[in-house]
Amino acid sequence: MGLTFTAVESTALSTAEYYGKALCELGEEHPEIVALTADLGKSTKIGMFGEQFPDRFINVGIAEQNMFGVAAGMAKAGLVPFLSTFSTFASLRSADQLHSDICYQNINCKIIATHSGTSFGQAGSTHHAICDMAVTRALPNLTVICPADGMETVNAVRAAYENPGPYYIRINRGFDRVVYPSSDYEFEVGKAITLNEGTDITVIACGSGVFQALTAAKFLENSDGLKVRVLNMHTIKPIDREAVEKAISETRRIITVEDHNVNGGLGDAVASVMAELGKGCAFKKLGLQDEFAPIGLHEDIMSIIGIDSNGIIEAVREVMKKDFEEDDDWEDEV
Amino acid sequence: MPLTKQEWLALEKKAHELRRLCLDTNYWAGSGHIGGGMSIMDMLTVLYHRYLNLKKEDPNWDDRDRFIMSKGHAGIALAPVLVDFGWNDREQLKTFNHTNSKMGMHLDSNKVIGVDASTGSLGHGLSIALGTALAARIRGKDFKTYCIMGDGELDEGSVWEAGMAAAHYKVDNLISFVDRNECMIDGKTEDVMALEPLADKWRAFGFIVKEVDGHNFKELCDAIDFALENKGAPVMIIANTVKGAGVDIFEGDYRWHYGAMDEDMYEKAKASLEKYYANRKARVEKEA
Repeated sequence: MGLTFTAVESTALSTAEYYGKALCELGEEHPEIVALTADLGKSTKIGMFGEQFPDRFINVGIAEQNMFGVAAGMAKAGLVPFLSTFSTFASLRSADQLHSDICYQNINCKIIATHSGTSFGQAGSTHHAICDMAVTRALPNLTVICPADGMETVNAVRAAYENPGPYYIRINRGFDRVVYPSSDYEFEVGKAITLNEGTDITVIACGSGVFQALTAAKFLENSDGLKVRVLNMHTIKPIDREAVEKAISETRRIITVEDHNVNGGLGDAVASVMAELGKGCAFKKLGLQDEFAPIGLHEDIMSIIGIDSNGIIEAVREVMKKDFEEDDDWEDEV
Repeated sequence: MPLTKQEWLALEKKAHELRRLCLDTNYWAGSGHIGGGMSIMDMLTVLYHRYLNLKKEDPNWDDRDRFIMSKGHAGIALAPVLVDFGWNDREQLKTFNHTNSKMGMHLDSNKVIGVDASTGSLGHGLSIALGTALAARIRGKDFKTYCIMGDGELDEGSVWEAGMAAAHYKVDNLISFVDRNECMIDGKTEDVMALEPLADKWRAFGFIVKEVDGHNFKELCDAIDFALENKGAPVMIIANTVKGAGVDIFEGDYRWHYGAMDEDMYEKAKASLEKYYANRKARVEKEA
């Protein structure tokens, strides 16, 4: 459906601007779409929808709880609300409304939360979203997506509209490194995308970690001769169990990369698939190690906390050194 | 349309039946939020039997008026109303709060027919009601939204976020009530967290405020009729009520926020309801 976005226009567009454009495009086709923000129309780019469709745009002021409740009422009365604020506020400030009004009632609200992870680096920990995936993963009925870049954000936003039920999509502030030059690729909710084939180790990443993982994989192939599988796990819930199970059985070593606390996010989602499978696997979770991030530029923070390509390279080398049974007989390890 | 004596008496009869059904449900359930359930029964009666534009044959009719019961713990009052309305099986009331029942103390909009929103966590309902009211405006629909809040839940900041927004957007298709029974779990509202001057607070937030006796159908109807004619601002009806209204052992006692009755209390409560009904009818004869 709709236009295909390409990287030609991407040089001047942030990830949130792609979201704004995609939402406007959806809004032209679907009059039941409405947009809400809590004084962050400009920052989240949902304001682009407001400029085009002022009668279908509600700014509630700095009142996230009210925004979530109002959206729930609108969805109950036949509209499809898209809500945008910063990820930390969407997941924490209005968590009770998200839980009871939206997820419990299982209604058609689409939360596009910006400034995720440490992407609003200089704003500090009050504006970093380091536990939003943990909160949203624990909410029944809610689909949780962390797109790799602007193009994937376009596809995720469209998918959120096309599939009924509540969605939480966390995107970054500012510009993302380009993973997808065009939105014309196969994107399916709940289905990880293999961006690099490999048999030695799998790096499972989401969000800004995806580009970094790809960069690391290319480097490691040339420098260390390692074949690193890179999975773009854009959907955090429901997690693609099959892709994780395949990675465990085929590469036996897994590293997860997320711009988030390692407690409760992508790493834990992967770990629980692994634990339930009962198959051993060398494993490491990259992300914030249960600590708040320093302030700084996003790329600097990613480097400091070890989720940039250098951090991933280092982690891959460490995990490759782990003594790990290489045989094919899994039964003796269960 | 002014309330005629005949209509008033019909509402009294219906409210009496529903109070009794609420009492029975509390007994069958073993316990329940009987105090705050009884305090809103007159409001529920007048809404479901005079004002709400509903289609019995189509509970999900897109153009129906919406009712959001923000004080979700009064499910023990709403469930009997929705059963009596014909939308849910009467036998379900006998399973209220039982394991795997469709009806628990906070009603689930996906399980109980006619519940427009699942509520329970306090301070959410006015936002949801504002959402349905704004949806009517955006969709060009004429339906109204009614919302009942408890007075204790006004301590929640989110209520005032919603109030500010309702006034800002001049939402005049939203008619809200405060069930001013002056009680909350830990005591009287004015002792736990003072609300007064409550009417002034709502006025300061941009509402038109009507204060009524929440157990007087004429006053309730006059206030709702006013709200339906009103344009350009939301209306808040502060309904002064009695917690546990109709049962003398519960009345005005905050400890009856939630409680259980033994057989003896149940019998006394039923007798008290009959006496209350007789007094209410006598008042109609005097005031109609």
